[in-house]
Amino acid sequence: MSNFNLFKKGFKNGIPIFLGYLAVSFTFGIAAKEGGLTTWQAVLISATNLTSAGQFAALTVIASASSYIEMALTQLVINLRYCLMSSSLSQRFDTKMKPYHRFLIAYGVTDEIFGVSSAYEKENVPPAYCYGLIAAAFPGWVLGTALGAVSGDILPASILSALGVALYGMFIAIIVPPTKKDKVLLGIVVISMLLSLGFAVTPILKEISSGFRVIILTLIIAGAAAYFFPIKEEEAHDE
Amino acid sequence: MNNIYLYMFIMAAVTYLIRMLPLALIKKKITNRFFKSFLYYVPFVTLAVMTFPAILSATDSVWSAAAAFLVAMVVAYAGGGLPTVATIACAVVFIVELFI
Repeated sequence: MSNFNLFKKGFKNGIPIFLGYLAVSFTFGIAAKEGGLTTWQAVLISATNLTSAGQFAALTVIASASSYIEMALTQLVINLRYCLMSSSLSQRFDTKMKPYHRFLIAYGVTDEIFGVSSAYEKENVPPAYCYGLIAAAFPGWVLGTALGAVSGDILPASILSALGVALYGMFIAIIVPPTKKDKVLLGIVVISMLLSLGFAVTPILKEISSGFRVIILTLIIAGAAAYFFPIKEEEAHDE
Repeated sequence: MNNIYLYMFIMAAVTYLIRMLPLALIKKKITNRFFKSFLYYVPFVTLAVMTFPAILSATDSVWSAAAAFLVAMVVAYAGGGLPTVATIACAVVFIVELFI
């Protein structure tokens, strides 16, 4: 497939990300405006960070005029899960891929772009496909931020509510189909959801931020799965 | 008052470095079977953990979200592709919320 077709394919698969981002960043735009930022500043934050939880947390840091160190640490803790995602993604690129692709794609390693890239049908994910995803996701994130910052009631509540599940629907479309042929993956998905629920409702555990919950459960569950059910040499991506 | 643009630079730099360093440093295919398996399983765990129970609070009503969750699981299991599942999930929320 030509690079242009790969880009188009990525862009098409990125449309649900566009819609989901529109809804989430819209609320970020509103929150940023309430936090005293200008529309331009809110848009600049979204364009340079392309992340959800980290940006919301940053608003709190900025509003309370906390130190720059605190800003750095907050972002490190909340966004550390991307480190796991990038490590996983690193195994999905051709070893002969030009290095600059890694530096560019790194900008777009969000939960969603990572998820969709991981679901690519071949072992090596072509960079053009990733760029297509980013090209669809980025405008959603920036446009939503701008709309929310300019006018908090420009999008009707019913539409925002409906778009709120777009990204989760996408995640489900990524993780469910492979579980049909692989009982280990089925077990992993079910256990991950149950333990995540456990973390969300158990006293003390529920105080752990969602970013850290992802890291802890990933280390435990993916670690246990790798120990007890190591993949066979050729198994990984031929489904 | 601290400088807003310095805050922005710091957050963007930290976030980018977290994403970039593993991609830049791990250039070879890992041969260790444990780590290879671990990284293969990572997306399934992270996405499952992020989806549930967070999806239940993603809409205006826990019922519309729960309905969207169940329908999305069924459609995905039945072979619906990524845009299809996402669109149907949104449609379910919209329709359910018309009635509550």
